[in-house]
Amino acid sequence: MAIDMTSTNLLNKVWDAHSVRELPGGQTQLFIGLHLIHEVTSPQAFAALREMNLPVRFPKRTVATIDHIIPTLSQQRPLADSLAEEMMVAIEDSCKEHGIRLFDTASGQQGVVHVIGPELGLTQPGMTIACGDSHTSTHGAFGAIAFGIGTSQVRDVLATQCLTMARPKVRRIEVNGKLSAGVFAKDVILAIIRKLGVNGGVGYAYEYAGTVLDAMSIEERLTVCNMSIEGGARCGYVNPDDTTIEYLREREFSPEGESFDRAARWWKSLASDPDAPYDDRVELDGNKIAPSVTWGINPGQNISVDERLPRIDEAAPKDRPSLEEAYAYMSLKPGEPISGTPIHVAFIGSCTNGRISDLREAARVAQSGHVAPGVKALVVPGSQAVARQAEAEGLHEVFRAAGFEWRLAGCSMCLAMNPDKLVDREVCASSSNRNFKGRQGSPVGRTLLMSPAMVAAAAIRGKVTDVREVL
Amino acid sequence: MSAVDQVSGRACVLRGDDIDTDRIIPARFLRCVTFDGLGEHAFEDDRIQAKGDHPLDDDRFDGASVLVVGANFGCGSSREHAPQALMRAGFQAFVGLSFAEIFAGNCTALGLPYVTLAANDLAALMDSVTLDPDQQVEVDIEARTVTSRAGTVAATIPDGVRKQLLENRWNGTEVLLEAGDAIEATASKIPYLSDFAG
Repeated sequence: MAIDMTSTNLLNKVWDAHSVRELPGGQTQLFIGLHLIHEVTSPQAFAALREMNLPVRFPKRTVATIDHIIPTLSQQRPLADSLAEEMMVAIEDSCKEHGIRLFDTASGQQGVVHVIGPELGLTQPGMTIACGDSHTSTHGAFGAIAFGIGTSQVRDVLATQCLTMARPKVRRIEVNGKLSAGVFAKDVILAIIRKLGVNGGVGYAYEYAGTVLDAMSIEERLTVCNMSIEGGARCGYVNPDDTTIEYLREREFSPEGESFDRAARWWKSLASDPDAPYDDRVELDGNKIAPSVTWGINPGQNISVDERLPRIDEAAPKDRPSLEEAYAYMSLKPGEPISGTPIHVAFIGSCTNGRISDLREAARVAQSGHVAPGVKALVVPGSQAVARQAEAEGLHEVFRAAGFEWRLAGCSMCLAMNPDKLVDREVCASSSNRNFKGRQGSPVGRTLLMSPAMVAAAAIRGKVTDVREVL
Repeated sequence: MSAVDQVSGRACVLRGDDIDTDRIIPARFLRCVTFDGLGEHAFEDDRIQAKGDHPLDDDRFDGASVLVVGANFGCGSSREHAPQALMRAGFQAFVGLSFAEIFAGNCTALGLPYVTLAANDLAALMDSVTLDPDQQVEVDIEARTVTSRAGTVAATIPDGVRKQLLENRWNGTEVLLEAGDAIEATASKIPYLSDFAG
């Protein structure tokens, strides 16, 4: 009996379900099931729409929030920064004009766009998701195909609910084995980027799999998928499984009753077939992953906390200029241990690690001591809902008692578009996603990326510390 | 909006790999509701740190319309402000070893061609322009070549993007609208838009 059942991966299944047509250049006109917008990359798109005299084609498929520019100390309107206030007004007016749902601070559901999408149940398996933010890859944790876009493409989605996209190749990355104590999802994605490089994923979607990913919660998978873009992959995903389905049960925007059951069947059917073909395969041993820290100026420049900084003469000749540039900027020395590097600021938060499980892990460490003298330590919940949950559990009191500041939800010190910034040459232990030059607001500020537990340990000791010594 | 088949003019050489969009346009300049005025802030923090010794402040590269870069240029944030700032600073084409994907997509949406060269051809082009910045560099989208005093070399550009530029189809919205009702027809078959029926 000949049955035409070609085995394929999730990316192809989702892609084909959303393909409107093939474009003359070979790209796909791809329907976008969920469009997320925020205040920074949307105002020029709405302006362009007005110029072209076009309506928003599917206003119910766009959802807005405010995260990048919002201060985390006081969110009283009007905002002290008049430019930020102007952006707030712009998104409020545009959402009102076009009938787009906006989760503002008064809604009680505001937060970092990649935190609220999942927690509200807006993000679901099998969706195509676009947002004017490179960390849109986060949503792939549910088995969605999610990617960042620029403002002209935000205009495209508003006007047509579609994008011109080339179908990516798919690389399956299996992380097998078991993570040891003190090793977190952040360390897994840092290890992947270290192995494959910051541009190794260009042209690929990353499919994360293996026993380590299977055992992860949705929040951990969100952390892994979040940093796909730091490896050059515009999107990354995990196949939907029972963990995915249980997470989505009874979320505000999840389907209900019988439609949830129908949804769950469809979601499961999207997972890559066991013998699906891939363009590339990579495997990592999860048993060998240790708590990791970036030491340089891109996320690939990371080592285990118990390693020494790489020697320039041991690197491939083509990599040496980058290493030299990184050492010059960071004022670190090849061959020295990273452990013990003094820090001035500790930041726990962001779309990478600002969820409740992140705060719980950080609080476990925080309760073992007090923030070191001279260190400024911030805990910024990823959303108002995360803040409420943390406060219900008393985590805010744990942090405050240990000398951390407990802030309001927003992107905060991840990207320096709000008042939370590094000053001068400060070194920041940060749970965020980018250690680029100047990323945290001072053109000479220095960022060391690590897990939230490692940030808490660094805050307490005043220096980079192996969290396994503290736990 | 018009077809883009070639860009020629003076070039500017910006060496280094993995130059991210935070460096191209620091985040504080994203506090704006228009792209106007971004050109003067391109690479602002790098330029301040370099104290005048940055290619964008080098008089020899004045008026350049072709920016020659290394590998993974434009990685990081999706901010279209990055190519907008470079465009407003006068650049109309990018030649490099490789480009980050979102940056490349943003360039296409603005009608800015980006082409890649083999490593030795790129090195020769960089050296040639550095020695002789007055020369004209021609990026030919139709022929898929870059011509300078170092010679004419093969350049790579994704086929789809090349077609969009040559046929004046780089404005995404106009092209996507042509699909008409097929958009709604596709939506009607997507399970989560129809209560997972069927």
